[in-house]
Amino acid sequence: MIWNSADLPDPFALRAKRVHEAEGRGRRAFAWFQAARHQGPLVWIVPAHAPEMPMLRGLPQGVAERLHLLRPVGETDLLWCVEETLRAAPIAFVIAEPAQHLSLTAGRRFQLAAEAGRTTGLMLVQTGAGSNATQTRWTCEPAASPHPDSTLHRWQLTKNKEGTFGDWTVNWHGAAAAFDMVSTAGQRHQPATAPG
Amino acid sequence: MAQGLSRGMALADARAICTDLATRPADLARDHAALASLRRWAGRYAPMVGADGADGLIADVSGVPHLFGGEADLRSDLHARLDRAGFTAVSAIAGTRGAAHALARHGGGIIPDGRLAEGIGRLPIIALRVNHDTAAGLARVGLMRIADLIALPRAPLARRFGQGLVMRLDQALGQHAEPVAATPDAPHFGVRMTLPDPIGLQSDVMAGLARLLDRLCVTLATHRMGARRVRLELRRVDRGVVVVEIGLARPMRDAGRIAALFVKGVDEVEAGFGIDALRLTAPVVEALAPEQLGAAQGDAQGEVQGDLLADMLSSLGNRIGFDRVLRLLPADSLIPERSQILAPAAYSVAEPSPVRRGPHRPITLFAPEPVAAAAGHPPRQFRWRRMRFTTLRAMGPERITPEWWFDDPTWRSGLRDYWRVETQEGPRLWLFVTPQSGGGFEASGAQAGAQNWPGASAQNWYVQGEFA
Repeated sequence: MIWNSADLPDPFALRAKRVHEAEGRGRRAFAWFQAARHQGPLVWIVPAHAPEMPMLRGLPQGVAERLHLLRPVGETDLLWCVEETLRAAPIAFVIAEPAQHLSLTAGRRFQLAAEAGRTTGLMLVQTGAGSNATQTRWTCEPAASPHPDSTLHRWQLTKNKEGTFGDWTVNWHGAAAAFDMVSTAGQRHQPATAPG
Repeated sequence: MAQGLSRGMALADARAICTDLATRPADLARDHAALASLRRWAGRYAPMVGADGADGLIADVSGVPHLFGGEADLRSDLHARLDRAGFTAVSAIAGTRGAAHALARHGGGIIPDGRLAEGIGRLPIIALRVNHDTAAGLARVGLMRIADLIALPRAPLARRFGQGLVMRLDQALGQHAEPVAATPDAPHFGVRMTLPDPIGLQSDVMAGLARLLDRLCVTLATHRMGARRVRLELRRVDRGVVVVEIGLARPMRDAGRIAALFVKGVDEVEAGFGIDALRLTAPVVEALAPEQLGAAQGDAQGEVQGDLLADMLSSLGNRIGFDRVLRLLPADSLIPERSQILAPAAYSVAEPSPVRRGPHRPITLFAPEPVAAAAGHPPRQFRWRRMRFTTLRAMGPERITPEWWFDDPTWRSGLRDYWRVETQEGPRLWLFVTPQSGGGFEASGAQAGAQNWPGASAQNWYVQGEFA
């Protein structure tokens, strides 16, 4: 099914001026997906010791030129960077990969900073290392695709302060902000023949 | 000198004359710098001081000597001070620049007013700043000293030895004006302020800083420069000096925005019994042409956004280091590690990313990590990061050869065949194999032609990236 933004509200729109969390093996793909959907300067904060770096030629179109990469040494500097960039008005979207468990205090401070700076944030946390102050939490896993021309992602909304949970399988090829919803083969609870 | 050494002599000759001669290579840059600082110092004797050749200074002391008690006293004062500083100097005072130049290089002394011709008459002709050929030509016709020239008629002299000789002679005798031009000083980007009473409050220091910054920024604007680093030195009453230094993400001369970056540093300063002097310098400056402020509304908006972004980068860089605030720039290479550059954001501009074409590239790149228990080509099953993967689909190979003109230790294993491997567990990985290394080729002799990649079990597979 082709997702058409006209008929239903977009399930992956992150609430603006709040901080969200993503965990799971596919969290970086989810972050780049969100980065492609946000206009304006981007900040990606990774610890200096992290081996994983973004690869410019694999990023969605139009993302790399607005990207600022911060590599602070130590968790304190990383948290400071997150708060400072969330508080800065010109930044549109902040993505950070904290190495340690996010405390409730840190989570609350991020929310306040995001509100003050009118910036949206996304923390890529280890599984179970998030903070309870987050607006939403997404569990993201890459999924094996039955066809060679699809790139499936399973994105589950496992925590939501204002709304319901959800579970989507998405075909997103990683080059642009466009994506397709994949309908799952549902369990049939009704008889196959039409009643009456 | 006393033993007969002279400038321009060959080193071997000099050693032959003076066996215990100590020699050092000439350092022209430091000589020049020393002369420049000496020139600044010589400003105490005259308003106009300029460099005269590579080893001399010329000062216009008209109307000055009576302040020192006469020309002789001025000269002895100069020599006393230079001696104390360890300089060996020869000086001369004369009515014209040419005469002073000639005498200073041939003994030194003072030529009284109106006696120029007698004063320099005994000097050799080379003292007139003429070239060696002219001096040699004059010596051939028997003219050795300046006094010999003065008596001769000018027209035949000019016809035979050129106008230059006559001009130099006229300059030395004062018949041709030759002013002393002071070398312009390089602009100095530093201001200071001393206070009658020591201050200790943070707001007082910031107020003093604001006044200094206004003056510094005016100086910067005059010279069309922008500061890249700004250093504030606070001198305490007990003579201790506290230094607060900030960096800027781009050249800037906006006092308000620079002051904002000092707030944190000034907050940490230990004032002790108070601060009684402030000094503000810009050690690193860059050219910054005046900009027209955005005429259209849209431009002004963009300008403000850019300024805010630069301010944020400055404050980030001052805390975590400017080499950790980075930008990804594309580079022209097929080697994955070298296809992008991490450049400091403060010293680079964003470039549009290249159009995606060719084989897919992963979104995450890391140093190659070997996989274990790889079976098959491409591997049907493998272990990586303590997880077991089963290959669902593999696309490839894409062969990338090392750039032979760089000796990259990570590419010593030769060319690489890259595969995009989709696993049943979900992750889509970027694997490569190095066919030129490992046990593959030893085994190929035994099973030649049996399969394309014999010895596949001994191949080295690595993971280098993860796709979206």
